[in-house]
Amino acid sequence: MATTPATHEAFQAHDHGHAHDHDHKPGFFARWFMSTNHKDIGTLYLIFAVCAGVIGGAVSGMMRAELAHPGIQYLGMFASWLGTANPTFDEQLHLWNVLITAHGLIMVFFMVMPAMIGGFGNWFVPIMIGAPDMAFPRMNNISFWMTVAGFCSLMFSAFVPGGTGKGAGIGWTAYAPLSTSGSVGPAVDFAIFSLHLAGAASIMGAINFITTILNMRAPGMTLHKMPLFVWSVLVTAFLLLLALPVLAAAITMLITDRNFGTTFFDASGGGDPILYQHLFWFFGHPEVYIMILPGFGMISQIISTFSKKPVFGYLGMAYAMVAIGVVGFIVWAHHMYTTGLGVNTKMYFTAATMVIAVPTGIKIFSWIATMWGGSLEFKSPMVWALGFIFLFTLGGVTGVVLANGGIDDNLQDTYYVVAHFHYVLSLGAVTSLFAGFYYWFPKMSGRMHSELLAHIHFWIFFIGVNLIFFPMHFLGAQGMPRRYPDYTPAFEHWNTVATNGYMIMALSMVVFFINIGYALAAGKKAGDNPWGEGATTLEWTLSSPPPFHQFETLPVIDDAAHH
Amino acid sequence: MATRPPATIGQRNRKVGLIFAGIAAAMLGLGYASVPLYRLFCQATGYEGTPRRASELEARAVKSAGTSISIRFDANVNGGMPWDFRPEQTTQTETIGERKMAFFYAHNKSARPITGRASYNIEPEQAAKYFNKIQCFCFTEQRLLPGQEVKMPVIYFVDPAILKDAEAKDLPQITLSYTFNEVRDAEAPLVKPLDRAVSQR
Repeated sequence: MATTPATHEAFQAHDHGHAHDHDHKPGFFARWFMSTNHKDIGTLYLIFAVCAGVIGGAVSGMMRAELAHPGIQYLGMFASWLGTANPTFDEQLHLWNVLITAHGLIMVFFMVMPAMIGGFGNWFVPIMIGAPDMAFPRMNNISFWMTVAGFCSLMFSAFVPGGTGKGAGIGWTAYAPLSTSGSVGPAVDFAIFSLHLAGAASIMGAINFITTILNMRAPGMTLHKMPLFVWSVLVTAFLLLLALPVLAAAITMLITDRNFGTTFFDASGGGDPILYQHLFWFFGHPEVYIMILPGFGMISQIISTFSKKPVFGYLGMAYAMVAIGVVGFIVWAHHMYTTGLGVNTKMYFTAATMVIAVPTGIKIFSWIATMWGGSLEFKSPMVWALGFIFLFTLGGVTGVVLANGGIDDNLQDTYYVVAHFHYVLSLGAVTSLFAGFYYWFPKMSGRMHSELLAHIHFWIFFIGVNLIFFPMHFLGAQGMPRRYPDYTPAFEHWNTVATNGYMIMALSMVVFFINIGYALAAGKKAGDNPWGEGATTLEWTLSSPPPFHQFETLPVIDDAAHH
Repeated sequence: MATRPPATIGQRNRKVGLIFAGIAAAMLGLGYASVPLYRLFCQATGYEGTPRRASELEARAVKSAGTSISIRFDANVNGGMPWDFRPEQTTQTETIGERKMAFFYAHNKSARPITGRASYNIEPEQAAKYFNKIQCFCFTEQRLLPGQEVKMPVIYFVDPAILKDAEAKDLPQITLSYTFNEVRDAEAPLVKPLDRAVSQR
């Protein structure tokens, strides 16, 4: 896609009004509530994701407290906090379903996605391709506020009736018939509506990113010269664009089944509940790559920066992500091995799922090869990135185990699955988020965080999350089912260990917030490029923080510039 | 030749944005299109235990394979529908390839006319694509007057191709299951389709 001189003029004409007063910012309300600036919207997304992450993390703390010992200890207390005085036993158990639903939806739709795509994507994709802003700045603003509205809708659902008790207890998958005839009351409608809002926001965000990346690259910034983080967001945006509308269709059918007498997923009217699972996982499997691919991109930037080498196998890295995205659309039924698939269908989905290990392996080995012979510097982002590679690989290995239809018959819906997807997401995606956060925090804020606290944060977090999730492999292999608030006393030991691990992890979050507070209040001023010669992408050519409007004269990327 | 002025970045962005918005809308449409497509797929492949529907002509072309298989019948009503619904025979021995008739009994125990529609399924699922129904009370809605009792026929055969399928050839028994669901607000005709179904034979 050629960037013509005519376009260049157009940028300058467009920006003419700002040219006199280079860093003129609007007033507080206009700047933060009506923002069309990609960096401000990115900041808003990050703040929102941190808030949602604290709430989602607190929900998992409630679950870990209940699971520390067999029996039901805390659910009644939690239910009374939410306004159910003297909850019955069934209402207490319903609250458990509400908690697992809220934790899943918050972490997926309101923490990881807003942070990865809305936060870091908005902040750095335009800068890294040398663009002044996103293609549709106002749509960007709508995307953000719709996400916030969606979150409010989900929070509100906890306080209205959802069948057995208050709140939507349908799991993040919202399988019919539990989510249709199984849950009477407006809570589930509010939860589904929150997915509509978050989904629509993400689709608009995806269109925005694709248009920005295809149309607004600086002269000389060809697709094959784009930084890998931009590639990762491009692939992610395509996944969002193709997967989310299918989810929107499926959950709209849930809404009409619930409220308007249709029977899409009701066998008594000729519908089929299994169809919902197919539609959900056609979205749901690409969704897991949506959550991890931008993390891959960030890790590539960080490993390259702190090895002081261009990333090994740039094209292989870029097209590995494309391959993961493409294959990610044809493996969905490995989430449904126990719905009665035929042997041949299972064989296909087993083989196709395992194929994904190949491009993923390319990425892991290319990261290692990038470090090989590099001049390594173990600054905090690098340590987090190394932690990511370790944890993600561990989660990937159990993924290959679960890909087997035969083995999955035994492990389906056990804690082994919980351990697997938390290793790739909670530990993989979240670790990459922290890596990206420490990498770009000086650029975004203009202040240096404390490297010591960032390292302490890493080690406490690393020990904590491994204590939470590694024992879940044992529990799952021994047959402990997920989604229950109680278990046989035989499982107590490792559950207590996991709950202790949660408290260690929570302590690491305290260190994180102290570090942010310290950096904002007393952190050293960050230079344009605090990470040195390894940091070669365009954001490091700007001041820290970057000017309110950057690249009014577009940068020209020469042929010698590497990724 | 008239050359158009080069498009501004805003125009080019709008164009690309609209193209991808169109793709998103197409995927939304595909989500809905999957409902009829999935039904067709199940009917064509027997996926999820969907039995096949055969015409008289197709049925006549099938030759008996000589070996036999047991067919078990199962009958249920959904959500407290006030019908007594059961098979007249628990099992039948079917010679593979030959047509066979089974009867189901239904009785409306309530004081109001009720229209029902039967959903059906084959277990195990890999046998579904070989289980052919030529005639079935489940093809139409059934309306029973208060207190009315009926005997409803199913005419079926098992396709001899089942003997060549590695997944299905050793099955000792196939279960045919029905569940009657009440059709609400149905304006069913008072002509009883059951009588018609029986008399057509």
